[in-house]
Amino acid sequence: MTHNIKQPTDPRFALKDRLLLVGMALPLVTGMVLKALFVPPANGIEISGAHIFLTVKLPVLGDWPITETQVNSWLVMVTIFFFCRWLTHGLQPEGGTRRQHVAEWIVEQTDGLVQSNMGDYFKDFSPFIGAVLALSAFSSLISLLGLFPPTSDINVTAGWALLVFFLITYYKMKCGPLHYLKSFGEPVAFLAPLNVISEFATPVSMAFRHYGNILSGTVISVLMAAALQGLTQLLLGWLPGFLGEFPFFRIGLPAVLSVYFDLFSGCLQAFIFAMLTMLYVAGGFPEDDYKKKQAKKKIRNA
Amino acid sequence: MLELAIGIILGCCALGAGTAMIAGIGPGIGEGNAVAKACEAIGRQPESRSAVTTTMLMGCAVAETTGLYALVIAILLIFVAPGYLVNILMNTLGR
Repeated sequence: MTHNIKQPTDPRFALKDRLLLVGMALPLVTGMVLKALFVPPANGIEISGAHIFLTVKLPVLGDWPITETQVNSWLVMVTIFFFCRWLTHGLQPEGGTRRQHVAEWIVEQTDGLVQSNMGDYFKDFSPFIGAVLALSAFSSLISLLGLFPPTSDINVTAGWALLVFFLITYYKMKCGPLHYLKSFGEPVAFLAPLNVISEFATPVSMAFRHYGNILSGTVISVLMAAALQGLTQLLLGWLPGFLGEFPFFRIGLPAVLSVYFDLFSGCLQAFIFAMLTMLYVAGGFPEDDYKKKQAKKKIRNA
Repeated sequence: MLELAIGIILGCCALGAGTAMIAGIGPGIGEGNAVAKACEAIGRQPESRSAVTTTMLMGCAVAETTGLYALVIAILLIFVAPGYLVNILMNTLGR
């Protein structure tokens, strides 16, 4: 069926295409420029948190630091926005460009994932799950460009986990607050304190898992870079002048680690965060009781 | 004396961080078991490969949590605790 796939040749289309691509690349370039201009370079084994660009003084809330985390999060969001616009502009009902097929594939995959993990009642969740996946994955992958990944700041992942916690509680309360409180007394009433603890452990473990995985990758990369620099000085330090100081072993070798810690781990953690969100939200929802309640309501109204 | 006190604080923080990471044994063994069983399952039923892999990765991620708690504690002990404790020491000494 290749004959009816035709590339649009409208010049305005191509212009929009390029503009959207620029919109995708510009935030990332901005991030790199900001980092080069304002963030002091790390020397040796130095692992610091997010750099604070400036502190805004607010009347009621006190000092409000604008950190690298916030800036990079917004840059990632703008990139994802333009990426989605680029994938979906100029959609056609038949045929269509290669981009359109990629967009369709993404939507279909997300829909399928949500459908198979959460059931029919939650099928409207797929945009949210897709957003979580994209934001988390892109936030972690930004470290491939040398930028500070927002997910290696616990405030970001804790915020996401808190959002998920509210969602879980909302869907648990669907059968009324009494039913929600009763669910803590299961299977036996005296286990209620443990149930409360496990309720709060969910967001904590979700936040720590994502944050810890990305941060450990960063820490190991820094340690590896320092170790390779030391090794170079030990073995090739006798070379004259500039050659003696240049860290030869740092070329290429850290990239092997980066494939695991940045690429694989970043994507995997995004997937796991989305997966756990789906499982917790769908698992906490008392579907049978809710259906019974709805049926009772119908009978009463009839 | 002050040098000795600060030295003890730094040394104990490093020791604590190292000790905390003993927790890395647990997830290592657990995930190893999970992957071994997943390999067995794929060997028995190669057509269920994708489902088994997804479930295994999920399980591994959950099993990893305890190890990551230890990692967070170790990182806090190395990068946050020394400064905090030395500050407390200085405040008690009134300097």
